[in-house]
Amino acid sequence: MTVGVPSVDESTILDRAKALARFKFGDSFFHVVTFSAAITVLVLLSGVILSLVIGSIPAIQTFGFGFLVTEVWNPVTDKYGAAAAIYGTVVTSLIAMVIAIPIGVGIAIFLSELCPQPLRQPIGIAIELLAGIPSIIYGIWGLFIFAPLLQQYVEPGIISFFGHVPGLNLLFEGPPYGIGVFTAGFILAIMVLPFISSISRDVFATVPAVLKESAYGLGFTTREVVGNVVIPYTRTGIIGGVMLALGRALGETMAVTFVIGNAHRVSNSILAPGTTISATIANEFTEAVGSLYTSALVELGLILFVITFFVLAIARYMLMRIEQKGAQ
Amino acid sequence: MTLYDARRRKNAIYVSLCYAASAFGLVWLAWILCALIFKGTTGLVPATFTQMTPPPGSAGGLLNAICGSLIMSIAAVALGTPIGILAGTYLAEYGSGSKLAFVVRFINDILLSAPSIVIGLFVYQIVVVPMGHFSALAGMLALAIIVIPVVVRTTEDMLRLVPNQLREASTALGLPKSMVIQRIAYKAARAGLTTGVLLAIARISGETAPLLFTALNNQFFATNINAPMASLPVVIFQFALSPYADWQRLAWTGALIITMTVLVLSITARVLGRQRIKS
Repeated sequence: MTVGVPSVDESTILDRAKALARFKFGDSFFHVVTFSAAITVLVLLSGVILSLVIGSIPAIQTFGFGFLVTEVWNPVTDKYGAAAAIYGTVVTSLIAMVIAIPIGVGIAIFLSELCPQPLRQPIGIAIELLAGIPSIIYGIWGLFIFAPLLQQYVEPGIISFFGHVPGLNLLFEGPPYGIGVFTAGFILAIMVLPFISSISRDVFATVPAVLKESAYGLGFTTREVVGNVVIPYTRTGIIGGVMLALGRALGETMAVTFVIGNAHRVSNSILAPGTTISATIANEFTEAVGSLYTSALVELGLILFVITFFVLAIARYMLMRIEQKGAQ
Repeated sequence: MTLYDARRRKNAIYVSLCYAASAFGLVWLAWILCALIFKGTTGLVPATFTQMTPPPGSAGGLLNAICGSLIMSIAAVALGTPIGILAGTYLAEYGSGSKLAFVVRFINDILLSAPSIVIGLFVYQIVVVPMGHFSALAGMLALAIIVIPVVVRTTEDMLRLVPNQLREASTALGLPKSMVIQRIAYKAARAGLTTGVLLAIARISGETAPLLFTALNNQFFATNINAPMASLPVVIFQFALSPYADWQRLAWTGALIITMTVLVLSITARVLGRQRIKS
């Protein structure tokens, strides 16, 4: 016997076969486990929708479509309508967007075009920390520090300034409460700023440098480069970021609960107290007696979820489009 | 030359507005943090950490709320992290390109930003109503549901950053796919996975809305997960809206504790995440 094939005895072959079988089993087991975890995510979402729908059936049967357009919210007579809450939700979010979009995009422009390189990281992180501060902190700060300041110094000025402008005087009328729809919208604006600015910053980074450089080379100013090259190129992404921020603003609960005043009515003045869907649920759910009251609150939750679902779905769609564009 | 001057003037205004926007953002951060430190530090005495939440008018601390928050957050992370990591693994390693993975990713992104109060309603319907009473268990579940999408998202992103050559090399050595993922990909993405968990903890430690009608609140120290349990955010909510000055003071202290925790967690997460990308 010189050099030959090393003899393999039967037990080794069996061992190998066993090991391979174990590998195979391990493989399919791990695949199944990860797969079921992924399915869990789907189950969660459908569970949320299903439970909200089931919970709101009594209210839907009692009030029908009138629920959406009725302003009355009276637990004593068991009459409920969502109009005031929906109105408040939409108006606070609109105020937040009007303030946050230009400022958020401005911050993104600053961070990606103007800021000195060493400062970009720290300032970027500082702005993003605004998103990390819990909602309830904004609430307590808004109620004890920001709202009194608004009431004393800012709102009287706004009221007297717009008091003589026809149209606008209706929007800014009434005594300065400090708390109210405007305050809630303003705090929401601060809270969603980082979403708009960090997403805009990310999509600005997808603009090919050669495009910007050629624009600068043609003698464009920074404003013209941003306005004519960067923003048109990234418009879908910015809209995606804005929708994401809108989704956040619509569903934001604690900060709004503290500063909106919780009044179930639709007022023309944005300085007046109001309520939002989430604030109503947070305030009243544990105290709700009677199945119809609870059910009406769950239906409010369902409405909120449906609205945010569509807003967030649009946001994701827009962001996906810009991702594909960046990948090309 | 006038046209050029006009363009330059417009540009100067535009640029200064961008500077102003950034200053605007930073001012609020500074203001909120200063307010918290100014109002909250006076309450950072040992009693805050050793005594229970007091009835109005007497001295006390936040011990039961801090413990409640810790217990529920740890349980929620322990429950949500495995599911999140496994689902993220499926998206990154098995499902890339498949329709199902696309749907799961989309739904996960929506859950990630869904209003947390709706999660509270959901858990109320499926846990609190059948059990007949509020419980810490329900609170943990609600927080776990918030943890899952955060972890899924970061896990997928981080696993995608692992270079494919690593996977190919270990497959060539004869490792089965499950081992490649567990022994190679997880190890390479460890810092990133930790980032996801830290972000999730940061996210839930300030969550109030989903706890309001799941874990409710408890004036006393409780470790029974079948009973209501106090948590820092809910206590802050209750105390801040009360008319009692000493309750409000405790609320500020609690707010300072939460904010500092969250900021430390998210800065750590960011630093870890950046290391991963650099290497």
